Amino acid sequence: MAAHRCGLSLVFILIFSSLACHSSCDSLENANEDTEEKQSVSDTPREVNSDGSIAAEDLNERRGRSTDAELDRRDGTRTSEALTPAAAARDEFQEELVIRPLHSGDIYASFQFRTLWDTDFLQEGQKVSHYRLFPKSLGQVLSKFSVRELHISFTQGFWRTMQWGQPFIPSPPGAELWVWFHDTVSDVDGNWKELTNVLSGIFCASLNFIDLTNTVQPSASFKPLGLGNATDHRFLRYATLPREIVCTENLTPWKKLLPCGSKAGLAVLLKSEKLFHSSFHSQAVHIRPVCQDEQCTSKAWELRQTLNVVFDLYTAGQGKKEWSLFKMFSRTLTEACPLATSSKVYVDITDNPEGELFELSPATPLLSQAVVLGDRRTYSVFDLTRAETFGQLRSLNLLLRWKGDGGEMLRPLLHAERYVAGFGLQTGEIHTVIYNNHPYRAFPVLLMDSVPWYLQLYIHTLTVTSKSRDNKPSYIHYQPAKDRHRPHLLEMLIQLPPHSMTEVTVQFERALLKWTEYTPDPNHGFYVGSSVVSALVPSMVAMNTNFTQDQPLFSSFVPVKEESSYFVRVYTEPLLVNLPTPDFSMPYNVICLTCTVVAVGYGSFYNLLTRTFQVDEPSLPLAKRLANLIRRIRGVPLLT
Amino acid sequence: MAAPLTLLLIVAVTIRAVLFRSSWAELISERVEVVSPLNAWKRVVEGLALLDLGVSPYSGDVFHETPFMIYLFHFVVDYAEIVFMVSPGLVFCLSRFLTSLYLFRKQKYALESDRYPADCLELLRSPKEMFYIPLKVAMFYLLNPFTILSCVAKSTCGLNNAIIALFILCTLKGSALLSGILLALATYQSIYPLTLFAPALLFFLQRLYIPVNLRRSSFWFFTLQYAFIYVGSLVVITGLSFFLLGSWDFIPSVYGFIFSVPDLTPNIGLFWYFFAEMFEHFRLFFICVFQINVFFYTIPLSIKLKEHPVFLIFMQIAIISIFKSYPTVGDVALYMAFLPAWSHLYRFLRNIFLVSCVLLACSALFPVLWHLWIYAGSANSNFYYAITLLFNFGQILLVSDYFYAYLRREHHLTHGLYLKKKDGTEATLVLK
Repeated sequence: MAAHRCGLSLVFILIFSSLACHSSCDSLENANEDTEEKQSVSDTPREVNSDGSIAAEDLNERRGRSTDAELDRRDGTRTSEALTPAAAARDEFQEELVIRPLHSGDIYASFQFRTLWDTDFLQEGQKVSHYRLFPKSLGQVLSKFSVRELHISFTQGFWRTMQWGQPFIPSPPGAELWVWFHDTVSDVDGNWKELTNVLSGIFCASLNFIDLTNTVQPSASFKPLGLGNATDHRFLRYATLPREIVCTENLTPWKKLLPCGSKAGLAVLLKSEKLFHSSFHSQAVHIRPVCQDEQCTSKAWELRQTLNVVFDLYTAGQGKKEWSLFKMFSRTLTEACPLATSSKVYVDITDNPEGELFELSPATPLLSQAVVLGDRRTYSVFDLTRAETFGQLRSLNLLLRWKGDGGEMLRPLLHAERYVAGFGLQTGEIHTVIYNNHPYRAFPVLLMDSVPWYLQLYIHTLTVTSKSRDNKPSYIHYQPAKDRHRPHLLEMLIQLPPHSMTEVTVQFERALLKWTEYTPDPNHGFYVGSSVVSALVPSMVAMNTNFTQDQPLFSSFVPVKEESSYFVRVYTEPLLVNLPTPDFSMPYNVICLTCTVVAVGYGSFYNLLTRTFQVDEPSLPLAKRLANLIRRIRGVPLLT
Repeated sequence: MAAPLTLLLIVAVTIRAVLFRSSWAELISERVEVVSPLNAWKRVVEGLALLDLGVSPYSGDVFHETPFMIYLFHFVVDYAEIVFMVSPGLVFCLSRFLTSLYLFRKQKYALESDRYPADCLELLRSPKEMFYIPLKVAMFYLLNPFTILSCVAKSTCGLNNAIIALFILCTLKGSALLSGILLALATYQSIYPLTLFAPALLFFLQRLYIPVNLRRSSFWFFTLQYAFIYVGSLVVITGLSFFLLGSWDFIPSVYGFIFSVPDLTPNIGLFWYFFAEMFEHFRLFFICVFQINVFFYTIPLSIKLKEHPVFLIFMQIAIISIFKSYPTVGDVALYMAFLPAWSHLYRFLRNIFLVSCVLLACSALFPVLWHLWIYAGSANSNFYYAITLLFNFGQILLVSDYFYAYLRREHHLTHGLYLKKKDGTEATLVLK
């Protein structure tokens, strides 16, 4: 009972803090100060002074410490004493920004912030209450709901694979949440429901609209990315909200999870007025257990916060292909986050080895090569922890000027799109087209579709054709929908022939819903979440399988198991489907009219059942009856 | 007699065969008037596909056929067209037997015409009239556009109709065992034929000259005997389906689906729009009211028509097809096939012209308004709803008119056709 009460109070605290965060959504700038104060109270008062400002000495000391640590690592002498469990749980924070000029003239900027903490929330009998860099709000959620792995993303806009290539971390439009629970959880659905409600408060998003009608348990498409090979998909929950609109109120709580907030480091660039003035914006939080060291003897928790944004500076800049940090973010960089052990900016210059395509200033001697998404890329590196990066002006404003037209982009090897065919509001057909652009290699892909119950899928109409031939999927996992309880889940393993287009079609029927089940503005239509195509794509270059080697963050998210292929997840467009609607204005009329018809039936049967036939003897008219009255008095024979 | 019947059969089969092969077949099988979620062929195929994938067909909300149906079609899915051709054929044979048997009894009545007042002889049918009735019934069923549409759409409604028709045939032939089993099968298929228990029992009682008297042991003996056959075979059939499937999933998926009306796809019935527009907290109440409405008429009708069980069967089938939760035109066609058997009531029908016009106009307007709502977007759901209302109103009027005519004929048979008032002038009959 006491434990129960304790759990309740925890939930209340969570709800309260989320409410507080919700109320501060509108006032961005003031809110930050509030949080820092709150953080300082809830986290360790030793690290940050309670008046909300970071003491200068403290800063310098920490910076010194962090550079020391980095130097240690560069030497390859990993300090073993920091890994011993006897020492206080070690945590570290890294931040990174990758800028890739895209061939369409857009700029792709990808932020990654990683907090690594050598502790285990889920250990029995051990209550973690001492938080340093790891956000306490998330830590408490993880331990309360026994979460093994949590991935949440909020995306505004659609990633155009054919124009922009593959993103570092893909995400579907709207909100996506997938969670692996620990296998000790008995009531997974209950935990899932509570978790979505708590997360909804933490991120100021409508995640509370996730319920059983849009939650699925994919059997193969979403494997844990962290430690542990959990295969029992009963502990996995996956849901998307394709209609979710991402805006400032989601960014502010996301920024608050960072150790430095938006006060220092790369996060100063995250100003909502610029970030949401873009073609694509996606922010995500990924939490998973990872190995603490090479031997993988103990677990560490990794929190990755990523933010991807694509700026359309080409049209905004009057056709001039040139960008700078200030143009994109209306800020420049002046310092690294003092709590970060590494803080770097990478600029992709692979297409520009001789400097003939564009010119990057300030120039940097540091170059780095990384194998990412099956391609070897070269990056200019700006290390923000070094003072010389900022130059004389004490600020870093990267500037890139294009000289000529961009060359040909490497076509993404895997690409998918989806649309609804058919007309009218009765039936329709979902077409998913998957392209394999590899010239000579065939590879299998996993296609996952989650379709709401009000589109009744007919699995017998499923056809998969490649090169105008029938291509039978080698594995089909289909779970039909239950009205108002569960969506359809369709997962298939399809072999894509080399250089081909594979079309998957399935017919559906649109249901008429109850009038209260329609969303506001029902004629806008209903969204169907993106299909997910997951694949191990054959790589052009050897992938780096040495997972423990120090890599830039953007290339180390998905573990690489073998050299010859790399993992890619492609999300298709969400669908917008119209349903037939009843007339919302006349429930009373319908009830009255239908009841009238039933009553006519009832009445006429009742009439015939209870009455009998009789000869009609019409009564005399009134005048005759009056006359008869008089005649009776007079004693005269009556009229008939 | 045989020649016109054979000709009719050939014509009926030819029409169906031609339509099966034409491009119309697909269009017809998508029509909401012809197929409902309960009996659409598309859903049967889907159920089979799910079975092939190793998924229980009842785990989703697509398949609502009974387990027998799925196993029947599991074996004959390639010959489905033939099955659907045969099912009206069965009804056809039966209609032949049905009418001839029934009319044979009527003929006996006619021979015993001394029981009736002299001027009522014209109310009785001549043997010559009756001779053509089987042909007319067969024609009404086989050439009814509703039946043809239902058959071409491969709606399993045709099979249910065949079972009900066989049940009536066995009942009229006097086989209590077969009748009980077939009634159980019909109930198992779509729960509503449950109400046909009362007329069948009354028929057997009448046939065995057992008076309906609650104090008589012979009445109770036979009632219990028939009820035992019926309930016993129902239990056996349900148990068999459990063993076929290994789970009770089909109970909520078939009968729960029929009773709770979760699928609001438009059809020709009264339920879909009513429950789409219903306030959530009244839903359960109105579902109860509407479902009780179907079953409730059995009791008063059985009391009123206890001497006329065959007419009671007709009434029950008509009431089911009007008030059931997912009606299709196939159900309408079944009770319409009985209409020629009541041709002797024609002179007492009050508004048959109006009703025919309403039903014809509605049948034509269904596809038109559906098109305007779903495809053209120039009308809304109210238009289609209005037509379903009118169609059901027409059917109610038709059935109550036949009921009225039947009661009135019975009145005339006992009191004479030309009634006189006290003063000797021609009297008018009224219901009081």
